[in-house]
Amino acid sequence: MKLKEIVKELNLKVITAKDSLDKEVIGGYASDLLSDVIANSKDSNIWVTLQIHQNIVAVASMKNLSGIILVNAREPEKDTVEKAEQENIAIMASNLPAFEVIGRLYALGICGKKQC
Amino acid sequence: MLKEFIGDLHIHTCLSPCGDKDMVPTRIVKEAQNLGLNFIGISDHNSVENIFAVKKVGEKFGVKVLGGIEITSEEEVHILAFFDEDWSLVKIQEIVYENLGNEENDETLFGEQLIIDENDRIIGKNRRFLIGATELKVEEIVDVIHNLDGLAIAAHVDRESFGIIGQLGFIPKELKLDAVEVSKKIQNSKFKIQNLPVVSFSDAHRIEDIGKSFTTFFLEEVTVNEIKKALLNQDGRGVI
Repeated sequence: MKLKEIVKELNLKVITAKDSLDKEVIGGYASDLLSDVIANSKDSNIWVTLQIHQNIVAVASMKNLSGIILVNAREPEKDTVEKAEQENIAIMASNLPAFEVIGRLYALGICGKKQC
Repeated sequence: MLKEFIGDLHIHTCLSPCGDKDMVPTRIVKEAQNLGLNFIGISDHNSVENIFAVKKVGEKFGVKVLGGIEITSEEEVHILAFFDEDWSLVKIQEIVYENLGNEENDETLFGEQLIIDENDRIIGKNRRFLIGATELKVEEIVDVIHNLDGLAIAAHVDRESFGIIGQLGFIPKELKLDAVEVSKKIQNSKFKIQNLPVVSFSDAHRIEDIGKSFTTFFLEEVTVNEIKKALLNQDGRGVI
């Protein structure tokens, strides 16, 4: 599934890297502990978090994640937005809490393991 | 004259909800003196309200006490701050409280937050949710500390929870920390983490943990400024 389909289905607000939405999403990962994301997320995962610090962009870039969904309508910091534009990492925001966002992603067939 | 000073800067009092009730000024200072520590730091979670009592007792027993605070950032990273001047402590307290929110501590869940005087008498309780996170990001905290002439140290970076590396994956390059703290005593003063000097302190919440980790500095006297010089290896100062 492509990022843009997820944006549409979950009604996400795209904050950065609007032209990166053709990226393919393969599975997802949810964590607010960035060291854990570095250790356990997989290539092309979509990442669900509430962290808005600029390090989220570096982690997404390093792990080649397809994009970041911020929950609870969290707004990224200015330097986070700038870094994300530079690195072409899509940051998308949802008004929903993490539990709902992840549930909806799962219902779309995005899972944490190879197969749902 | 430059000489060695052994210090443990990361000590909680009974004001921290997780601190033991017997972490009171006289017991803390006597323990430090028995252990041969030349100086200690008091760094309760998001509050400085017991520092002045410990400082008074420290003066009596000849143990230098640096006033500090362990601030929780928005990212749930713990940053230690130490200051020479009392006005800096008052100011940092103001800023932290402004950003701590209005939630109250539930002492049955998190523990009591006791304010005590220099005679170890309980004179009040702090009602704020001191174990909570502020709305300040790590960069803002470090800037505020430096604007108040303080020392900024990332706490227990070797621990996953509330350590900057656990929370943020790595230390942001632009973050102007003076040092990083590891909880376990390290022997090699040349050891650095992301090019930052490494110190180790106990993070004591109980009397018996005071001094379990410590750092020896080569200084003229124990001040924030001297410690900063030591961390940078300036003017003959250093970390041993």
